[in-house]
Amino acid sequence: MSLVVENLSCARGGIPVLERVCFALNPGEVLVLRGPNGAGKTTLLRTVAGLQPPLAGTVEAEPESVAYAAHADGLKATLTVAENLEFWAGIFGTSGIDAALTAFDLEALVDRHAQNLSAGQKRRLGLARLLVTGRPVWALDEPTVSLDVASVGLFGAALKGHLAQGGSALIATHIDLGVEARVLDVTEFRATPEAGGGAFDEAFA
Amino acid sequence: MIRLFLRDLKLAIRSGGGFGLGLAFFLIVTVLVPFGVGPESGRLAAIAPGILWLGALLACLLSLDRIFALDYEDGSLDLLATAPIPLEGVAAVKAAAHWVTTGLPLTLAAPALGVLLNLPGPAYGWLVVSLAVGTPALSVIGAFGAALTVGLKRGGLLLSLLVLPLYVPTLIFGAETVRRGAEGLDVTTPLLLMAGITLGAVALLPFAAAQALRINLR
Amino acid sequence: MSIWEYANPKKFMTTTAPVLPWMVALSALCLVVGLVWGFFFTPDDYRQGSTVKIIYIHVPSAMMAINIWAMMLVTSLIWLIRRHHVSALAARAAAPVGIAMTLIALVTGAIWGQPMWGTWWAWDPRLTSFLILFLFYLGYVALWEAIDNPDTAADLTSVLCLVGSVFAILSRYAVLFWNQGLHQGASLSLDKEENVADVFWIPLLVCIAGFVLLFIALVLIRTRTEIRARRLHAIRMRQRMG
Repeated sequence: MSLVVENLSCARGGIPVLERVCFALNPGEVLVLRGPNGAGKTTLLRTVAGLQPPLAGTVEAEPESVAYAAHADGLKATLTVAENLEFWAGIFGTSGIDAALTAFDLEALVDRHAQNLSAGQKRRLGLARLLVTGRPVWALDEPTVSLDVASVGLFGAALKGHLAQGGSALIATHIDLGVEARVLDVTEFRATPEAGGGAFDEAFA
Repeated sequence: MIRLFLRDLKLAIRSGGGFGLGLAFFLIVTVLVPFGVGPESGRLAAIAPGILWLGALLACLLSLDRIFALDYEDGSLDLLATAPIPLEGVAAVKAAAHWVTTGLPLTLAAPALGVLLNLPGPAYGWLVVSLAVGTPALSVIGAFGAALTVGLKRGGLLLSLLVLPLYVPTLIFGAETVRRGAEGLDVTTPLLLMAGITLGAVALLPFAAAQALRINLR
Repeated sequence: MSIWEYANPKKFMTTTAPVLPWMVALSALCLVVGLVWGFFFTPDDYRQGSTVKIIYIHVPSAMMAINIWAMMLVTSLIWLIRRHHVSALAARAAAPVGIAMTLIALVTGAIWGQPMWGTWWAWDPRLTSFLILFLFYLGYVALWEAIDNPDTAADLTSVLCLVGSVFAILSRYAVLFWNQGLHQGASLSLDKEENVADVFWIPLLVCIAGFVLLFIALVLIRTRTEIRARRLHAIRMRQRMG
């Protein structure tokens, strides 16, 4: 169940941003991605999640083992909290949203429409979606945006529970989540103009 | 995938725009035509098959950009792309949901609007049949166009420009079916040709749409 | 030594640079000879008078309008399958030329149609098919222009070109079904005896050669421009990256 990334190069908008990224993520581990804005954290996460093809290198993971969560939560404003979660549970073929609701303290809001949630509550619902996917590897892009301290605590607890069940997580974040984590600074892998990372625009220059 | 279908229907009903907008547009187009060409019933009867098909087609076009754009904006499309269901299935289901919320109501409403345009008696049955057979093609072709333009800021206008030429064969055969029905001629040939286009589009275009979505998401 | 070698932009640039002036000169020569011959040194048609001479523009441009789309289809497929960037750029370069050819065919057709059929425009299957082809070209170019990322644009326009080709053929037959039309049969076939006499045929062939060469020259120029633009873009990006 481990995720192995080898010599990965990825591009954003046709321009290589990262090259020769190598890391392995074993069950029960958290890897935190650090780096300034525009360093390529989101691009790396999207490549790992399989949303974009790598320029070079490989991402080895069990098929359909990665759950991705980004800035947008994928919530429908006219559906209730429970309906939103049930939909994703259905799509991912799992059942039971109660544990996810409890973990992110959403029980009181189950029948509230998503359009009437605050930004932090929406975020909690978006993170609760991770629990209903039943996937072992989480790829998270700034999961704690707009969360207050208590909610960050809830997320940290959910993350610990996920790790205890043999899950792992790849997280781009700047704050301390209260779990033991290795740190990967993506600036080390910044694509250099000379190497080009196998990008095609090389052939033009 | 059934879940996705049901969710899309639920969203269309709750947001209101789904069923009503296309129908209202169809009604307005049909009502405006006599103002443009004059109230003479013989002339209206002659052009009714074409106008009804054209009105249904434009009403269909109206809601195409919502097929993928809403899911793209709120991030659902990213999540669906990483979900266990294939993107081809997502495209097909979304086209089907679009048909149920747009094509089906248009098909059912068309006879009532046919009365306004003095559509000759024998044509009503063929109007419903031809729309029922033809509008799924409009939805699937439209879903392909929507997938091509999903990431663009001003995608709506471009979508129309891309999709309208693709609608030509369906429109020709559909209107021809109704026209022949109105004149009491044999409708088999155009109806079967249109059915062929619909089946081909339904079978193949979800793959093209899914490919376009993958390109747009990366 | 494979033909794909020329798909490398650098190789393409160095290969086409010396060829280009010859292409331009040859196409100019063919067009001048063909058009002057056709316009001034062929007899008038006994039925159509001097109006028939517009075929020296109308027929080659109509042929090119269709063939350019076919060429775009082939280059799109090459791009989708083998990811040669020159191929995608050539498709992009060809499209506006295709639009121009379609427009020329439509306009010369209207000018010819006025004295012959007594109308500038008729919903004849051939005319209608060209009009639809024109719409397909417009959509294709509009999609290219709308997308910023060149690779994404190349991918999406290629998919559109593929699907569009199928629907263009469908439309062609749908239009034939819809209206049988006034247009004369094809002016050209391999069995030339059936169609036009030698005096018209030979200058027409020269004109067609001229249009083909003109197209090749224009596509080479435009592809070279696209490659330079991409190169410029790459250099800018490189500078920005530091």
